[in-house]
Amino acid sequence: MNIHAIKAIYRFEMARTGRTLFQSIVSPVISTSLYFVVFGAAIGSRIAEVDGVSYGAFIVPGLIMLSLLTQSVSNASFGIYFPRFTGTIYEVLSAPVSYLEIVIAYVGAAATKAIIVGLIILATAALFVPLEIQHPGWMLLFLLLTAVTFSLLGFIIGIWADNFEKLQFVPMLIITPLAFLGGSFYSISMLPPFWQKVTLFNPVVYLISGFRWSFYGQADVGVGVSLAMTLLFLGLCLAVIWWIFRTGYRLKS
Amino acid sequence: MAPILSISDLSKTYDTGFQALKTVSLEIEKGEIFALLGPNGAGKTTLISIVCGIVNASSGTVTVDGNDIVRDYRAARSLIGLVPQELTTDAFESVWATVSFSRGLFGKPKAPEIVEKVLRDLSLWDKKDSKLVTLSGGMKRRVLIAKALAHEPRVLFLDEPTAGVDVELRRDMWRVIRELRDTGVTIILTTHYIEEAEEMADRVGVINKGEIVLVEEKAELMRKLGRKQLALHLAVPLAAVPDGLSAHNLELSDDGEELIYTYDTTGERTGITTLLQDLNATGIRFRDLQTRQSSLEEIFVNLVRTPS
Ligand SMILES: Nc1ncnc2c1ncn2[C@@H]1O[C@H](COP(=O)(O)OP(=O)(O)OP(=O)(O)O)[C@@H](O)[C@H]1O
Ligand SMILES: [Mg+2]
Repeated sequence: MNIHAIKAIYRFEMARTGRTLFQSIVSPVISTSLYFVVFGAAIGSRIAEVDGVSYGAFIVPGLIMLSLLTQSVSNASFGIYFPRFTGTIYEVLSAPVSYLEIVIAYVGAAATKAIIVGLIILATAALFVPLEIQHPGWMLLFLLLTAVTFSLLGFIIGIWADNFEKLQFVPMLIITPLAFLGGSFYSISMLPPFWQKVTLFNPVVYLISGFRWSFYGQADVGVGVSLAMTLLFLGLCLAVIWWIFRTGYRLKS
Repeated sequence: MAPILSISDLSKTYDTGFQALKTVSLEIEKGEIFALLGPNGAGKTTLISIVCGIVNASSGTVTVDGNDIVRDYRAARSLIGLVPQELTTDAFESVWATVSFSRGLFGKPKAPEIVEKVLRDLSLWDKKDSKLVTLSGGMKRRVLIAKALAHEPRVLFLDEPTAGVDVELRRDMWRVIRELRDTGVTIILTTHYIEEAEEMADRVGVINKGEIVLVEEKAELMRKLGRKQLALHLAVPLAAVPDGLSAHNLELSDDGEELIYTYDTTGERTGITTLLQDLNATGIRFRDLQTRQSSLEEIFVNLVRTPS
């Protein structure tokens, strides 16, 4: 293992984040506060409780997941796309690093940043609503698994994309809708039966459901299923990355 | 002595179907400065990129100090430093940070004293805290060299290091390169400037259209360069070289107006005096005379010229 290389790339990526620290922290705090104003206060006052939890508290896990997904994908995709775009990737390709080390470093940095943002949102939310976390260990596990999985997805997108439009396209047109429709702001059980079935094809449902379970001990689908689906998705991303590196896809001509 | 870099039957066809390298073989000795000359598109960058692991070869093998670049890529790449042709740097990193990053990337533990030395050698020390975007092109070129040297490579590739660099900086770079060679680093540089190859290299290779067309000791090339021609413009054109002059290495131009004598300036005797005496004796008169020397440039141009 070239530990020095992993550290170098990880630090480089975190320094990139550090330079935009203000924006990295302030924007999630502001957007979370806005969600609380709109959904929690305005709409929430009309929806008394969902599954015995106040609506404001109910949406917290979904809000965190929403940011976690978009942050993971955009951090990781940008992190690998940008050196490809500017050409500085030459140095990583010519270095004595294995593909595994490259992935650990880039994905690790992207996931770290996403988790930090997630925790900031959690802290912000705690200012608005009384929170309880029944299973903190599980909460952190889901946080970690989701951040890593979606950072892997972002990494794949960053390698696949050959222009900035594509880089924006996936988070905007796929991740955000899936997160919104995956029960960030409602319980699946509130949907008509047909749409309940359709929704089960949305992988984000399982992430949010599992994550919400770790807070309130109840969920749309069983926590075991949630965990299994998360791991399945993680495995899928790893398989794609393995293929990318085996073929040199879009990295080497 | 085993070569430090051994390239055998290397070929590369890009996805576009374009064959950039056609079975190239080349061996580089430890500690030499090798200059690779070639016109635009000859395949210089492609060759270097394959050795450094940036481009996959279509076929053939490369070993660096005995390490195969595919199978033992870690060992091979650890030995290599690369200064790319394009000025690609990050924007908001500081000089110090980017050079330290390179060292870590190549698996070396932090060593501020080494980074400092590299920066000082390249006159970058006072710029160490500057952000890369604020540097001029020549400065960025130095930063790229510093990055390539940060992990103390044994083999250094410089892909057109002096393109777009002023005379003073070019002298500086040559000095740095020589100093590196003195510490045992093998240097392979590509260039369009013949003088650069003449000035710097121990050996010169010429690549054209994906093929190595010449590899030679510079001394040998210089010997060829040492060959001079004396052209005598005759007062009266001749039909053939007169018998009285057959002892001399003479050629007659097609129009018969010029006698051309080829001689070696490095030889003990050039034979010019006897030639002139013999000319006098045969009664051949000339209007003018001129000496010419073929330059490396001429040899080079002849080698890469497309036969029309
Ligand atoms: N990624 C690529 N895809 C397709 N063709 C390529 C690619 N990279 C280079 N080529 C082609 O391969 C040939 C050799 O290119 P290369 O960059 O190795 O030349 P070079 O000798 O370095 O030229 P220069 O002196 O201009 O830097 C060129 O004809 C170029 O167009
Ligand atoms: Mg080139």
